[in-house]
Amino acid sequence: MHPVGGSAPLRVDIAEKTFSSAEGVSLTALQGLSFEVRQGEFACLLGPSGCGKTTTLRILLGLDKEFSGSFQLPEGGSNRIAAVFQEPVLLPWRTVEQNVRLALPRSERNADLGQLFDSLGLAGMLPLFPAELSLGLARRVALARAFATRPAMLFLDEPFVSLDEKTAERLRHLLLSVWSARPTTALMVTHNLREALMLSDRIVVLSPRPAHVQGVFDIRLPRQYRNTQVMSDLLRSFHEKFPDVD
Amino acid sequence: MAAEEVGSHNSRAARTAVRRGLAPRLMPAITVAASLLGFCLLWALAAQAWPSRALPSPIQVWQVLVREAASGELPFHLSVTLARVAAAYVLAMVIGSVVGILLGIHRRADRFFNPWVILFLNIPALVIIVLAYIWFGLTEAAAVGAVAVNKIPNVVVTMREGARALEPRYQEMAAVYRFSTLDRIRHILLPQLQPYFAAASRSGIALIWKIVLVVELLGRSNGVGFQIHLNFQLFDVAAILAYTLAFVAIMLLIELLLVQPLERHASRWRQRPA
Repeated sequence: MHPVGGSAPLRVDIAEKTFSSAEGVSLTALQGLSFEVRQGEFACLLGPSGCGKTTTLRILLGLDKEFSGSFQLPEGGSNRIAAVFQEPVLLPWRTVEQNVRLALPRSERNADLGQLFDSLGLAGMLPLFPAELSLGLARRVALARAFATRPAMLFLDEPFVSLDEKTAERLRHLLLSVWSARPTTALMVTHNLREALMLSDRIVVLSPRPAHVQGVFDIRLPRQYRNTQVMSDLLRSFHEKFPDVD
Repeated sequence: MAAEEVGSHNSRAARTAVRRGLAPRLMPAITVAASLLGFCLLWALAAQAWPSRALPSPIQVWQVLVREAASGELPFHLSVTLARVAAAYVLAMVIGSVVGILLGIHRRADRFFNPWVILFLNIPALVIIVLAYIWFGLTEAAAVGAVAVNKIPNVVVTMREGARALEPRYQEMAAVYRFSTLDRIRHILLPQLQPYFAAASRSGIALIWKIVLVVELLGRSNGVGFQIHLNFQLFDVAAILAYTLAFVAIMLLIELLLVQPLERHASRWRQRPA
């Protein structure tokens, strides 16, 4: 159990989450999962595949209400949350631009999003339908939609999975540049340690199922200094602290 | 990034090129015209081979058509029937869609009402019409209502299928981004149900106009069905065929000028194979 600070915008304290099948077999996915993410921080939830990361995210997004425990999202101001799902989940019958603008409240639908679209390289794609986009481009639209709402809290569920490494790397850089232009507290789920080390201020390391927090790895070094040399140092010190995580 | 973008632009350019070609666009129309002409020719030959009052030639039918059109009889009866088709269609689609979507979403309601749906699906159209006339009298409302009741179970079954196939992830996305109820209906629900609505709609029009003729034959004193009944008693096959063909032509025009363009508009987002 980790101490829960007063100013943290995201505080999670899930006691237990169990799935039960129709045949009466039950499976405990999460047990005693507690962590917090500080204001303006980019945090990663790192854990092996199938350990319950997505389950945690679904609970935090309010999509799964059957669990015991509690969590607290940012309060006051814009208490909006945004999510980038594993699949882009764009409406196929709406254009790129409509997909982004529909996520905004009606009064903000006509907001100037030129800079956001430009920075994600989407300016020329606005009238296209999602079926005309590659997966990499569709993921960028999903990012644009999330950042357009200027959320107080942003959740990302393995947003770069099933992309080739080059595209994924490029999207990570795009994510960071958009994030610095529209800062928000972010929590990203990933099983990719390198990705977590490159992006996060804080890595919350989950155990295998039933998931609980194994430990927290804070990275104070600003992202622009995380070159190849630094990354291998980070990797080494991470492995010293968490020898069983790869 | 460049590679991804070039890919999508290319496919777009290829598609516009396909759209620009005129000859491929006219080909289907020419085929249809040739097919219809062939049918008329066969009919004319048959009428020539077996000359009889029961098998008038296409020319004779055409003459009756022109005569009835000039007298104003044909347009009057056609418009009366068309109005009944439209009223029954709107009624059946609205009620059928609402019930179908509700049953598709609520499992338990569906389990309870499913036997009712099956029962109504299997009641012959004629029985519903006769009962409607007996219970509600030979009125316009009874006629239109009877046609709608015949069609509603089909709409329910199709729309129920559509509601069952709704993608939960769109619903979840809408929940996270706090879509308003209106936006959920407009941008999430209706686009997903549209293909089912189109299917129900299409089979609906075809079924409804056939039932409307029966309703008119049994208990109305105007409309195409009434005229067919009248000409049946007069043994005037040319007039029967003239009225039938005129009405089929109108239904085809509705399909070509209204239903198909609407459908194309609604499904413009689907990527066509290049």
